[in-house]
Amino acid sequence: MSDIILETRGLTKRYGGVHALEDANFILRAGEHVAVVGDNGAGKSTFVRQITAVEQKSAGQVFFEGREVNFEDPLQAREAGIETVFQTLALADDLDVPSNLFLGRELYKFRLGPFSILDRKTMRDRTMDALKTTAVKIPNVDNPIRNMSGGQRQCVAIARTAAFASKLVIMDEPTAALGVQETGQVENIIRGLKERGVPMILISHNLRQVFDLVDRIVVFRRGRIVASLNKDETDGNDIVSYITGVKGLGAEAA
Amino acid sequence: MAEPTHGLGGLKYDPAKRTRAPEWNVFAALVLIVLIFEVLNRLNGGSFLFNMRDNVDALFNQQRLDIMILQVAIIGVIALGVTQVIIIGGIDLSSGSVVGATAMIVMSFAQTALVNGNPNPKAIFGDWAMDLPVIVPIVVGLACGLFAGLLNGLLIAYTRIPPFIATLGVMVSARGAARWWSNGQPVSFPTESYGKLANGDLLGTLTFGTLSWEGQNPAVIFVVLAVLFHCIMVYTVYGKRSYAIGSNEAAARMSGINVDRHKVLVYTIAGLLAAVAAILLTSKNLTAQAGMGVMYELDAIAMAVIGGVSLAGGRGSILGTVLGAAIFSVIISGFTSVKLDAYYQEMVKGAIIVGAVALDQWRQRSRLRG
Repeated sequence: MSDIILETRGLTKRYGGVHALEDANFILRAGEHVAVVGDNGAGKSTFVRQITAVEQKSAGQVFFEGREVNFEDPLQAREAGIETVFQTLALADDLDVPSNLFLGRELYKFRLGPFSILDRKTMRDRTMDALKTTAVKIPNVDNPIRNMSGGQRQCVAIARTAAFASKLVIMDEPTAALGVQETGQVENIIRGLKERGVPMILISHNLRQVFDLVDRIVVFRRGRIVASLNKDETDGNDIVSYITGVKGLGAEAA
Repeated sequence: MAEPTHGLGGLKYDPAKRTRAPEWNVFAALVLIVLIFEVLNRLNGGSFLFNMRDNVDALFNQQRLDIMILQVAIIGVIALGVTQVIIIGGIDLSSGSVVGATAMIVMSFAQTALVNGNPNPKAIFGDWAMDLPVIVPIVVGLACGLFAGLLNGLLIAYTRIPPFIATLGVMVSARGAARWWSNGQPVSFPTESYGKLANGDLLGTLTFGTLSWEGQNPAVIFVVLAVLFHCIMVYTVYGKRSYAIGSNEAAARMSGINVDRHKVLVYTIAGLLAAVAAILLTSKNLTAQAGMGVMYELDAIAMAVIGGVSLAGGRGSILGTVLGAAIFSVIISGFTSVKLDAYYQEMVKGAIIVGAVALDQWRQRSRLRG
């Protein structure tokens, strides 16, 4: 049991009367890459938001590294070692690359509450290292990222996640807005995480990508987990029938 | 100079390719506007900047420079705070009224008991509040600014009222408080030491007369505060978070920045700076009136916007605002120098503000396109 990184039991989220997520039981093992798929509104992003505490769950439990956790905000989740790339890019457009990489966890030369002096040189050096290890190409890290292409910005977001990734990485549609070449770059970063043994949850609409990258596929439908299949035991058509509800009705107990 | 060239995945980092700081454009505009007014004045046989009178031995037109510097200094102090508020994506309409209310309250604690041997005719409090040490009105004034700024910040951060509405409410209430304080009567006759705050000669005293000129204090205090907040915005996490919040508030929140607490801090600092302006203004004029600081909030916002601070948040700098303040003041003095009617001045001032915002909008759109 000790190789279970993340487990959710009965995780539920309601917005008023809408049951966005119901009774989600989910397990992620050490080094495992799992894809979360499903139609729009199936509860994939809601599921991730409860784990990372962007929203507070309505019911259920989350276990991280064998202990029950109740994160109050995304920072706590991040400090515990869960790094997330959000669907809406969590980047500040007017800041440069180092500032974005270290947003909310700046390094200091001198601590003085809100007026602590930033250690800009070290942050810049570490940014360079991080970009090198993730093979992300950014022509000028000192420019505001506003001036970069969508792909470059997404790479910054992912490099941030990968650079700080310690225990678990969650990516919410990391390649949704990217071109072919940029998608390839992101997928390489993900393979790098696999090699480093960092477990990952990937939300994606792209089944080709899912079958390329992950070990196991979890299907969401109408707020419930309807299937959890090893990549070798299934195929695209099978997954699509779970997504559309042809298969797996009443299979919530999975 | 020797910034090394970094090879990064085949692409070279070239320091020369860095985008030029927008402050240079503002500086160029300042020089251009000064030149235009100089030429206009020369056409009339005068000069905008230089001394043309034979009976005065000076290179520059000292009187005009003094007026400009004073205007930049006092409203500029407010603009320093307003700049930070705009950078986090907010707005502060209350600063002018906070100046008014703070002026009235401060002056009540700065009064002197005897005016030419007679009891102070404008006394607000009894004898206990007369001839207090100068630190008392300063602390009271800063406390007023702190309170107003804190109120703005708490309203905006925790009730989620839009900044425009919250600070509008504080603006109206603070003006009301200024009028209520002494039933609309001016408060006058401060102690000598309070009068020295703005009329004194700080650098001259510190350097034993080397850098002495009259009435320099507001300018010196403005420069010190500008340098201080420039460093804070550039080198500390306070600045980094301010730009992050103005740039993408949701991202800042997700990154674990305590956005609400930071907003309260920024509005509080803006309130404190408005109080500093009130202290300088009352000390300069040796009196306080309920109408003090009317429209200062818009002048301060204009200085920031002219200096390249984007009303959308996330962009701009203290240096830009200092240059914007200089442009603003040069334009006002320039119109006076070419004897443009005061009514036209107000109209043109309005047009400048609208023009600066339009320019900012245009820059944003062209950035999205390109």
